[in-house]
Amino acid sequence: MTYFRSDIRQRAEELVSLYPRRRSAMLPLLHLAQEQDGYLTDDGMAEVAELTGTTPAEVRGTAAFYDMFHLEPVGRYVVGVCTNIACLLAGGEELLEHARHTLGCEVGHTSADGLFTLEETECLADCNIAPAVQVNHRYVHATTPEELDRLVEDLRAGRRDHDIPPHGTLIRVRRSGGLRVSASEVAEERARARAEREAREAAASEAS
Amino acid sequence: MAVVDTPPIVTARRDLTDSHTLARYLDTGGYQGLRQALTMHPEAVAAEVDAASLLGRGGAGFPAGRKWSMLRKSPISYLVVNGDESEPATFKDHYLVERDPHQLVEGVVIAAYALQVSQAFIFLRGEFALGLERVQQAINEAYEHGALGRNIFGSGFSVDLVVHPGAGAYICGEETALLEALEGKRGFPRIKPPFFPAVTGLYGEPTVVNNVETMSNLPWIILHGGAAFAALGGGRSTGTRMFALSGRVNRPGVYEIEMVKNTFRDLIYDDRLGGGIPGGHELRAFIPGGVSAPWFGPEHLDMVLGQDEVGAAGSMLGSGSIVVMDDTTCVVRAAWRITKFFSRESCGQCTPCREGSGWAERILYRLEHGGGRTEDVDVLLDLCDNISPGLNWPPQQTTICVLGPSIPSSVTSAISRFRDDFYAHVQHGSCPHE
Repeated sequence: MTYFRSDIRQRAEELVSLYPRRRSAMLPLLHLAQEQDGYLTDDGMAEVAELTGTTPAEVRGTAAFYDMFHLEPVGRYVVGVCTNIACLLAGGEELLEHARHTLGCEVGHTSADGLFTLEETECLADCNIAPAVQVNHRYVHATTPEELDRLVEDLRAGRRDHDIPPHGTLIRVRRSGGLRVSASEVAEERARARAEREAREAAASEAS
Repeated sequence: MAVVDTPPIVTARRDLTDSHTLARYLDTGGYQGLRQALTMHPEAVAAEVDAASLLGRGGAGFPAGRKWSMLRKSPISYLVVNGDESEPATFKDHYLVERDPHQLVEGVVIAAYALQVSQAFIFLRGEFALGLERVQQAINEAYEHGALGRNIFGSGFSVDLVVHPGAGAYICGEETALLEALEGKRGFPRIKPPFFPAVTGLYGEPTVVNNVETMSNLPWIILHGGAAFAALGGGRSTGTRMFALSGRVNRPGVYEIEMVKNTFRDLIYDDRLGGGIPGGHELRAFIPGGVSAPWFGPEHLDMVLGQDEVGAAGSMLGSGSIVVMDDTTCVVRAAWRITKFFSRESCGQCTPCREGSGWAERILYRLEHGGGRTEDVDVLLDLCDNISPGLNWPPQQTTICVLGPSIPSSVTSAISRFRDDFYAHVQHGSCPHE
């Protein structure tokens, strides 16, 4: 019996198999743990530790480094407003202030109904549609107070469920199996390439 | 007058709404560069990239071909693509991964073939949720199409490609931090030397790390030849380049234009590019290559967009992102916000960066929001001098990576250009613009 739901567990094991070393699957697995629970629970991190061959402390220590991982519960929608330089020049601070009122929560906090968490983000690489706003890491292009209010209404009414999944769901496209090169094939391929290169170099040095 | 008529290389499909699909990609010449490459000797493929003189598009501007050839002697184990695009105001890779993911995949397979690597990774910042989905979809389609996986297009060459999501950390754009993250650890930059992951990279094995835009240029270079690419631009800055323009301009966006043939004035004011400053306001300053770069002023507007030209003038073209500030911009606030960014994103390993960024941020905060003192200006300069002694460009380094030495750029630029603005803040007790 695993803590991860069976479908999440299956995807987790597939992810581990993609990497030459298990620990490399750490960040993708933490995203998956968040997909199941919305944030990182102790049980979720313990399972990531088991899957990556690390300890729960190493998992927590790694997760804590990254802004996208939440060690405490967050709202169904994490609203991020950018105030970095390009967005600052486009009124990012004012939009963040407006979002505080609309959502009824302080920056870094969750609204009383548990629906929204508000974050002030660093650059989201969407500087031509500034200020940049993301909800659950989806760009929403709400650059004015009016657009932001309409977005929040739509989210409350569930009208954006088709394109904005609940917090934690990052990648909805699954890697399709079947054509993957197996680890042993990769190793064989690499050895063959190495042998060929060495033979070529030996031939070249003989020629010179 | 701006030369905007050079046919685009990496944004050729920008007007197509379905440019991310395999069907559209194949319709528009997709995977022909890879087919061509597979008929060539791997070293001949690398030689074309060398001939193109393609400078890496990530920020450091190191020639991609040279990066590859440095290690030709020992076999390379891994190819890692850096798509952690987090330098503030940089948003070109965002376009490439969402709008043309197959072009990226094709470029990666070409590079993997040239390097004879059988395992490649694309590291994308986690905030690119749609980009991650688009690239994964492209990878799935490429496997189905025979352009990835075992025996690609019947050539006998095989490579596996994995897209790896980051999780929100600017520092992971630093290539050794990126490798740590790819190993499942905190994104702590590694101590140098060795300076290049080519020596000790992923799992301690030789690894090549290249930027998304660099990879995306490869299909065109193989199809048209390195010489055709090198014929564009001038000097060391060959080809076209994507410039991300933002801030106080009428038409912010990503513009792919020929290197060296255009000036900053063209980019900012040409009607087909930036379209000038809203309301006819005056330009006060602009950042020529991401917030790590020292600022330029109106006197630099007629400089051409070339790596060496900008470098010689004491800044850098960096990640190709240009931010325009005009006479409505409070430069103290701009410097404060950029410094706050560095303070939040410092990984914390090195004292000058960890402590210096926070200290500078607190001083700039009180200048902007109340409580600033006249001597703060000199304290800021002294503190910056401690982070990067001499305050020269390129900066002296007291830290493991270049995040630390990037902190003084905006602070010293703002002070040297607009010292009176700082004193006005002190005199007013806070920001006089409010």
